[in-house]
Amino acid sequence: MTKLLSLLVLSVLPVLPALGAQQMIHSEKSLYREVLVYEEAGERCMCFTRACRIGRQSCLVLNDPHRFALNYTRMMMAGTLFTGPAPQRLLIVGLGGGSIPTALREILPQAQIDVVEIDPAVTRVARRYFNFREDPKMKVFEVDGRVYVKRALRAGTKYDVVMLDAFDHEYIPEHLLTREFLTEVKSLLTPQGVLVANTFSSSRLYDHESTTYADVFGTYYNLKSANRVIIARPAGLPDDASMRTRAAEYEKVLRTFGVDAMSVLPMFTTRPDWDTGARVLTDQYSPANLLNR
Amino acid sequence: MSDHRLLRGPAVAVCYLVAFWSGFFVMGVELLGGRILAPNFGSSIYVWGALITVFMLALSLGYLAGGRYSQNNPSLKRLGVLLGIAALTTLPVVPLAGTPLEDLAIHIPDPRFGSLTAAVLLFFIPTFFSGMVSPYCVRLLVDNEASSGRRAGQLYFVSTFGSAAGTLLTSFYLVLWFEVNTLLWVMIALSLGFATLSMLFNGKQRA
Repeated sequence: MTKLLSLLVLSVLPVLPALGAQQMIHSEKSLYREVLVYEEAGERCMCFTRACRIGRQSCLVLNDPHRFALNYTRMMMAGTLFTGPAPQRLLIVGLGGGSIPTALREILPQAQIDVVEIDPAVTRVARRYFNFREDPKMKVFEVDGRVYVKRALRAGTKYDVVMLDAFDHEYIPEHLLTREFLTEVKSLLTPQGVLVANTFSSSRLYDHESTTYADVFGTYYNLKSANRVIIARPAGLPDDASMRTRAAEYEKVLRTFGVDAMSVLPMFTTRPDWDTGARVLTDQYSPANLLNR
Repeated sequence: MSDHRLLRGPAVAVCYLVAFWSGFFVMGVELLGGRILAPNFGSSIYVWGALITVFMLALSLGYLAGGRYSQNNPSLKRLGVLLGIAALTTLPVVPLAGTPLEDLAIHIPDPRFGSLTAAVLLFFIPTFFSGMVSPYCVRLLVDNEASSGRRAGQLYFVSTFGSAAGTLLTSFYLVLWFEVNTLLWVMIALSLGFATLSMLFNGKQRA
């Protein structure tokens, strides 16, 4: 009997820490996945897996909602703000909790921000739990990223910044990681336009992804922490001095988001640390998910 | 008891082989179809829904047609012709996947009906002919009333097992090694090879 009891206790034990520390406050099934919201240690996070086992999509510091909770966002902000004059029109592919578009809306009040999010449940959850607000200057388009880019190309729309943030660790939309797609994105940029992409920093995919971006954009800035952010500018990369000047301009406002602008600068590097012989991904050859093992 | 067998010995194996390959071919093409539609229609659930609908619809009508066609002088030669037509009508997929699909996406912006129309244009005809293969094989294999269910069961097993193999190999391995068009060319070539084999065995059968 005691044996049975201890067995019971043992089988329950692994569940206990999760119950104590982490609380699920919302779950919603969408066409694509389950969108979950967890709270833990003063942070609220959007996840696509139970107990956030793999990757947090977006997080909010509850007593300071203004603050960026995830580390990669500072690299994304640096790519957007330090690389050229203040962007007037931005395209963001992949909403998540919307912390990046929300911050940019505040920092760049004049800019038009177009967000593409395929999953309406993600947009709903972002509005309800992550303070995401749409307005005439910030619109969400509920459509596949590739389809949106093709339509924008046909309509002749140009963007000063295109931000790709549509991947998670579990599943990559493979048609958004090919030479053809990146070429389409490149054509969408204004002459001084910049591409900022949140990508992978590990697995075999890193090499293939790196050569694919290099194939389309040539040399690019490669910023790495847990994530890797690629910053490319077809007109040529900005130099250190001009980025330092711009970082100084935004230093104060970024501090309100908990970002130390100057700390991002040393992360900019163009040195390839990947296998430059890795096969380029194309619409014909795009096994991104199989390579991400 | 009279013997109604149409096929003997290795010809029976050829019939099963054709059914297996036809099942493999259908699912291989369907999975590659997802990749072919993605650049213009995305890879949302609608696109997969449209693709699977068209394949299922084409197969179902193909089953009807194949059963009916088997009533008229069934032979391995005709079975080979069906497999060959399915292969040859897959050829236009390669040129149609470029500009024509892009134009179609412009004309039908709704991702559901755009991808549905695209899937019909590219895949309906070859999948219809692939669907004809299985019931036609059943007719060739059934030798008497009592064993007809068993034969049909074996045939379903072989062809659906082929589909499972085609799905797994294509999605786990083949797309990691080869380009979409290369895979299409090779699968079409193999289909034509098996079609020829089937037609050759028909000749031997008569001899």
